[in-house]
Amino acid sequence: MIDKKLLEEHNLTTEEYERIVELIGREPNITELGIFSLMWSEHCSYKSSKIHLKQLPTKGKNVIQGPGENAGIIDIGDGLAAVFKIESHNHPSFIEPFQGAATGVGGILRDIFTMGARPIALLDSLRFGLLTNPQNKPIMDGVISGISSYGNSIGVPTVGGDVYFNDCFSLNPLVNVFCLGIVERDKIFYARAEGEGNPVLYVGAKTGRDGIHGATMASAEFGEDLEEKRPNVQVGDPFKEKLLLEACLEVMAKNLIVGIQDMGAAGLTCSTSEMAAKSGSGIEIDLDLVPQREEGMTPYEIMLSESQERMLIVSKKEKMKEVQQIFAKWDLDAVPIGQVTKGGKLKVKSNGETVVDLPVDAIINLCPVYERKSKPPSYLKSAHKLPSLPSENHNNSLRKLLSSPTIADKEWVYRQYDHMVQTNTALLPGGEASVLRVKDKKKALAITLDGNSLYSYLDPRTGGKIAVAEACRNLACVGARPVGVTNCLNFGNPEKPEIMWQFKEVIQGIAQACKVFDIPVTGGNVSFYNETEGSPVYPTPVIGVVGIIEDISKVIDPGFREEGNLVVLIGNNKQEIGASEYLKSVFGLERGMPPQIDLEEEKRVQEFCREVISLGILQSAHDISEGGLASCVAESCFLNEQKIGCYIEIKDDIETDALLFGETQSRIVVSTQKHNLQKLLTLAQKRNVIATLLGETKGKKLIIRHLDEDVVNLSIEEAFKLWKEAIPEVYKIQ
Amino acid sequence: MKFGVVIFPGSNCDYDTFYVLRDTFKQDTVFLWHKEHDLKNADCVILPGGFSYGDYLRSGAIAKFSPLMQEVKEFALKGGLVLGICNGFQILMELGLLPGAMLRNKNLKFLCQFVNLKLENDKTHFTHNGKRGDVLEIPIAHYEGNYFAPPDKIHELETNNRVVLRYSDAEGRINEEANVNGSLGNIAGIINKTGNVMGMMPHPERASEALLGSTDGRIIFQSIIDRIES
Repeated sequence: MIDKKLLEEHNLTTEEYERIVELIGREPNITELGIFSLMWSEHCSYKSSKIHLKQLPTKGKNVIQGPGENAGIIDIGDGLAAVFKIESHNHPSFIEPFQGAATGVGGILRDIFTMGARPIALLDSLRFGLLTNPQNKPIMDGVISGISSYGNSIGVPTVGGDVYFNDCFSLNPLVNVFCLGIVERDKIFYARAEGEGNPVLYVGAKTGRDGIHGATMASAEFGEDLEEKRPNVQVGDPFKEKLLLEACLEVMAKNLIVGIQDMGAAGLTCSTSEMAAKSGSGIEIDLDLVPQREEGMTPYEIMLSESQERMLIVSKKEKMKEVQQIFAKWDLDAVPIGQVTKGGKLKVKSNGETVVDLPVDAIINLCPVYERKSKPPSYLKSAHKLPSLPSENHNNSLRKLLSSPTIADKEWVYRQYDHMVQTNTALLPGGEASVLRVKDKKKALAITLDGNSLYSYLDPRTGGKIAVAEACRNLACVGARPVGVTNCLNFGNPEKPEIMWQFKEVIQGIAQACKVFDIPVTGGNVSFYNETEGSPVYPTPVIGVVGIIEDISKVIDPGFREEGNLVVLIGNNKQEIGASEYLKSVFGLERGMPPQIDLEEEKRVQEFCREVISLGILQSAHDISEGGLASCVAESCFLNEQKIGCYIEIKDDIETDALLFGETQSRIVVSTQKHNLQKLLTLAQKRNVIATLLGETKGKKLIIRHLDEDVVNLSIEEAFKLWKEAIPEVYKIQ
Repeated sequence: MKFGVVIFPGSNCDYDTFYVLRDTFKQDTVFLWHKEHDLKNADCVILPGGFSYGDYLRSGAIAKFSPLMQEVKEFALKGGLVLGICNGFQILMELGLLPGAMLRNKNLKFLCQFVNLKLENDKTHFTHNGKRGDVLEIPIAHYEGNYFAPPDKIHELETNNRVVLRYSDAEGRINEEANVNGSLGNIAGIINKTGNVMGMMPHPERASEALLGSTDGRIIFQSIIDRIES
């Protein structure tokens, strides 16, 4: 009997239940209820976000596949396509950091190779609570070990990403995992169940009771019952997935199958019904044939299990034996469990009885869509005002910034990742963007992830714009032209109007920026309910951008290259200090108005940067972001073997702290050889971009003069040490 | 000459090694499948890096039972050149072709980074293109690369000049700071008694193209090629 309590356990409202009854013309049985509970969960259905996501531009001449498939696909020329996507694994990573993060990696990899692409790079965007709070240390350690264990084993390099720290992530860490794959344009596969009578094959790991209700869990807030949720987290087996990867790519290369879908969130339920829905067909399966790891599993459990490393394949009927042989070669089973049918129904049998008989349309396409109420949060009324700040010693402020974990060196993190396997990593992690060569081609791909939560908290629309702008700026600094965007939107409970308002604003910002930069969004992921005990995360859009570099030999990095080069600022300094890492690290303030951005100006700056890199007249390029101009220049000084000092003089009539540490957008610090200066400045003028000579690389110190006073005077060795040791220090074995 | 690169389930540097040999060194290179009993007339067999059988149980412990390993063992005992890189080194130890075992890195973390290696023996088939004392910059990427062997084995390796590579600083000094993973004697690569089987934890295939930051790994492959072709 289905009662209110049962509905609550399945995270379905009474109205939703009534809709189900209406759609199927009867009461569902318990297995069917479970199916609806999964597929109508926020995680699978996007019911609260769908209508807003429509504002994102998704079209473009290079788009092969936009949102709606396992991953987006962009044509990159030479007969090749880039397949990429980002996904969150926030909830499981909080409950069980190691396995939560590991299976996040496993899931996104399957999304990519399901489409026929070989995954060539992973990146992660991570958000943790402050490391001064001891409870956050094992969470970060566990997440990083989990990512490392899975990615390293399967042999896909983890080449970059970002890590930010803020109190609001203490009870809600964010783990967003991005993967990029490459496929030949004419060898792409989709999740299709076509051809009546074609066999449906179950491949990969056996089904167990792990992960039941994973998607439902990811669609609710956490209370104090966290420990009880631990069994909802799946356990990853990267070795099994490596076999699955090779076997799947082999059957696809030999063109033996019709369609393929991974079993991720919502497992067998999602893969069967989605494949059928996308083809307007039906699927019939027999659960007695499903390989099972545990005894006595009910149909409910089998359909809802989220055991990892499983795929569903619709094979060409006459090729089934060949498919099975290839899986056998990789020591994997490929078991026929059913077939494609006509008539748009999902039929599931168990012990000779029909246990599920549902129209796939109802499961997939007829989920309710909500336009939830929204209103500006009340905190905004006072959050933009800044108190008057005491004057600080700027050297000390710079020291604090460089050793703030958000800005400090992340080598402790990325050296745990195999970032070189597959031998494409042309730029090691820690720079502006990850650069991967495309073997035997002149071109390269660049990737970056970005998203400042504090900006989005204080001004969500601007936060959305800047996330896109900064990601693209990172690409511009290595000379890459952005071609596609994927986004992971991490928010609190969308049933709260304040959260919904943040969400809508962020989407607006992202949409505006993508339109100005003319880059399509090819997919992504929305993660709501990032709240524990009523306290939500700051709204966090993480933007992943893929770019193309036409000539890999032109790539430069952010570090100064030699003494005697000239340092030039592209862009304009402004009196902006709000929402800065400076206010946070030095004064403990998370307030003020974030820097504002003129997207047209940003676009000109980026285009100019790419142009001068392609002309070969830059020695280095580093964009100004968290920590402002001073942190940016300090990093350029020590991001090289020699540790080159720099003397800079600035005459702008703005307050010194805003000049040094403000995070005004659309700025890039570059260095150039003396004989190229005039060329650089003239071209800037032509392109309507401000470029100002700041100074010269020399000596062993960073000296910044503002209005005839030395405001920063720090040895590079010291600056480097602070930056380098901040995170290892936290994890030092006492 | 012909190189054979073995694929175990879970190998993940197989293609990287294959690519370098075929495309950078322009050598005839074939893959060898672990379930077969065929070395395809390779002059040098390479066991590549990765996580054979997921490194479950113990790194390399299951791979040694692969059918092809019988042939590799016979090939090695007859003097054929065998190079084990990273996981391949671990497998060679499990097979008993090289002494010792790998413990977890001293900081109990996976480590992926460029390291400096002092070339200790330039008389081997695998290193004669280098000079004793050369410092090579080649990346490591492993969790279990902390070389261990009982004192008598270490003594045997040391007195017979069978330690080929050691973790060092940029000037070639051997010290604890340069010993990234805690290996006994900073050992990064060793060779067998007969000089035809070498194991090394660093990845020369990741340091054979300028684009990837170093070409110091070429010494290893070029030495093999020159030796077989002469």
